[in-house]
Amino acid sequence: MNALTRFFARLEGPQTIGRGPGFWIGFLVVLTGACLYPQFSDGYTVGNTVYFFTWVFMALGLSLIWGYGGALSFGQTAFFGIAGYSYGILTINFGAAYGFTLVAVVLAVAIAALFAVLLGYFLFFGRISGVFLGIVTLSVTLVLERFMAQTAGPEWRIGSARLNGFNGMSNMPPLTIPWPGGDIVLFPDVQLYYVVLGLLVLVYLLLRILVNSSFGNVLVAIRENPERAEMLGYDIRKYQLGAFVIGAALAGLSGVLYTTWGQYITPSSMGMTAAALPIVWVAVGGRSDITSTLIGTLVVLSAFQALTIHGSQYALVVMGILLVLTVLIAPRGLILSGASRIGRLFGKRGDA
Amino acid sequence: MALLEARALNKHFGGLHVTNNVDLALEPGEIHCLIGPNGAGKSTLFRLILGEHQPSSGQILFGGEDITALKSYKRIRRGMSVKFQVPGIFKALSVRQNLEIAMQQHYPPAALHAEIDRLLDFLKLEGEAKQLAGNLSHGQKQWLEIGMAVSLKPRLLLLDEPTAGMSPDETRATGDMIQRLNADGMTVLAVEHDMAFVRQVAHKVTVLHLGQVFAQGTIDEIVADERVAAIYLGQSTPSTDAPEAAHA
Repeated sequence: MNALTRFFARLEGPQTIGRGPGFWIGFLVVLTGACLYPQFSDGYTVGNTVYFFTWVFMALGLSLIWGYGGALSFGQTAFFGIAGYSYGILTINFGAAYGFTLVAVVLAVAIAALFAVLLGYFLFFGRISGVFLGIVTLSVTLVLERFMAQTAGPEWRIGSARLNGFNGMSNMPPLTIPWPGGDIVLFPDVQLYYVVLGLLVLVYLLLRILVNSSFGNVLVAIRENPERAEMLGYDIRKYQLGAFVIGAALAGLSGVLYTTWGQYITPSSMGMTAAALPIVWVAVGGRSDITSTLIGTLVVLSAFQALTIHGSQYALVVMGILLVLTVLIAPRGLILSGASRIGRLFGKRGDA
Repeated sequence: MALLEARALNKHFGGLHVTNNVDLALEPGEIHCLIGPNGAGKSTLFRLILGEHQPSSGQILFGGEDITALKSYKRIRRGMSVKFQVPGIFKALSVRQNLEIAMQQHYPPAALHAEIDRLLDFLKLEGEAKQLAGNLSHGQKQWLEIGMAVSLKPRLLLLDEPTAGMSPDETRATGDMIQRLNADGMTVLAVEHDMAFVRQVAHKVTVLHLGQVFAQGTIDEIVADERVAAIYLGQSTPSTDAPEAAHA
C-alpha cells in the first residue's frame, strides 16, 4: 500500500493538473471506456481512432520541449519522418519474421533520437534560442522534405527499399508479434488499437513522473528564466538537449506507428503544413500540461478530420483561425484554461 | 589566502575599455561593497566574475584556483551564488517551487521540504509559499531571490543592487539579513548605490570609476576622500547623495 501511495505521489505535482482520488477515478473510468469502446464499434472506426492516437505521442513530445522547456521546435515532423522511413527501410529489407518489426520500431525510434542528439547538440550547445530555434528546426524539416521528395529515381534505394520520391514508400509489413501457433499481425483494427492505447497510457504516466521530477523542475525553470536556472548551478544545455531528444523520440514513435498503421510514409508528412499542425494541437489544448495536450490533440484532430471530410482545404484555414483565437483569448490553451476554471469552482483542485 | 582574486582584469567591448586593469581581492568572511557612478563598470566586473563574460585579459582566482575559463554553472557549483539586479525569479511558479528548484540539488528528497520551510521562515515568506512568485511585492521578490542564492550555501555571495527599489525599512531588514548570513561565514560582494546600506554592512569598499579601481578602504575613509566626492555629482559627497545615511 505504501509503495502504491508513493507511486501515485510521483505522478502528481505542480507541473500537471489533476490530483487526488477524484482525478484518478476519472482517469480509470475514461480508460475503461477506451478499453470497452471497440466492442461497440466497427473495425473502420476503431482503425480511425488508432490513427488519432498515433499523433498524440508527437504532441506530447512537443509539449515537453515547448510547453515545459520553452523551446519552440518545428522539428517534430522531421523526427516523425526519419523514424517512419527508417521503419520502412528496415522491415522491407529484413521482413517481419521472428518479431523483427518490433525490433525495427525500437531501431527506428533510436535513429530519430540519435538525429535529435546531433541536431540538438548544435542548437543548445550553440546557445540558439527563441525564434531562431524555430527557424533552424523548420529549415531542417523542410530540407528533409525536399530531399526525400527528389528521391523518385531508381538509384535512390537502400537495399531493396525504394525511397520513391514524392509518391512515398509503401508496402512495409505491419507490426507483427511472434506467437506460438501463428504470428499475430496488427492491422489497423482492434489489435493495433489495444497496443497503441497501452503505449499511450504508459507514455502518459511516464511523462507525468518525468515532468514532476527534479528534471521537470529544472525544465520549467529554464522556460521561466534560463539565466537564473544556470546561476543556480544547472548546465541548462544538457536539460534542454535531454527534453529535445525525449520529445523527438516520441515524435519518432508517432512516425513508426503512423507508418505501420497505413503501411505508407511520404515526404509530405514532413512538409510545411505537417510541421505546423502539431503546434496548433499543442497550443490549443494547453502546451504546459500534458493532460491538456493529450485531450486537446484528440479533440482538434477529430474536428480537423470532420472538417476535411465536409470542407476540404478550408479545414486548414479553420486551424489557423483556431490558433490565432487561442493565442488571443486563452494563451495557456483552451483545455488548460477550462480545467483551471472548473478547478477553481470546486475549490480544492484549483491551485493547479 | 583571498577567497576571490581578480588579477589585472581587462574587458573591451569593441573600442570601449569597460574593465581597465582591475585588481581586487576578497578576504574570507568580509562584506565588500562595490560602488561607483553609472557606467563605472560594476556590472561588467560582476559578469566577469560570474563567467557570463570572458575577460579580454587577466585572471580570476576562486579559493586559490584559476577559474577564468570555467563556465558559469561550474563556478556556481564551486561555491559562488548570485542575486541579480532585476529580480531573477521564476514568476509563473509558486514561491515554494522557486526554492525547491534551487535546493533540490543539495538536499535528499526526504529532508527537502523541511529545509524549504526553514528558509521560508528566515525570509518571512512562510505565508506566501503557495503564491506565484510573480505576484509578490517588489521587496519580497528581492528576498525570495536572495533566499534562492543563499540556499546553495555559497562561500561567496554576489549581490547586484540587493536593495534597489526597496523602502528604507526593507533596506534595513535586508542589511540585517546579510549581516546574519555573514556571521555564519558567508563572504559577500555587493554592488550597491544606497550609501545607508553600504554604511550598515560594508567592511571594505571599492570605488570603481571609468573601469578602474579608483579608491579602496573602509566606508569612513571613502567618504572622507575628496577625490571620490568629486566623481560623484561634482562636489557633493556620497552621503548627501543618500540623506538617510546620516541616520544610519
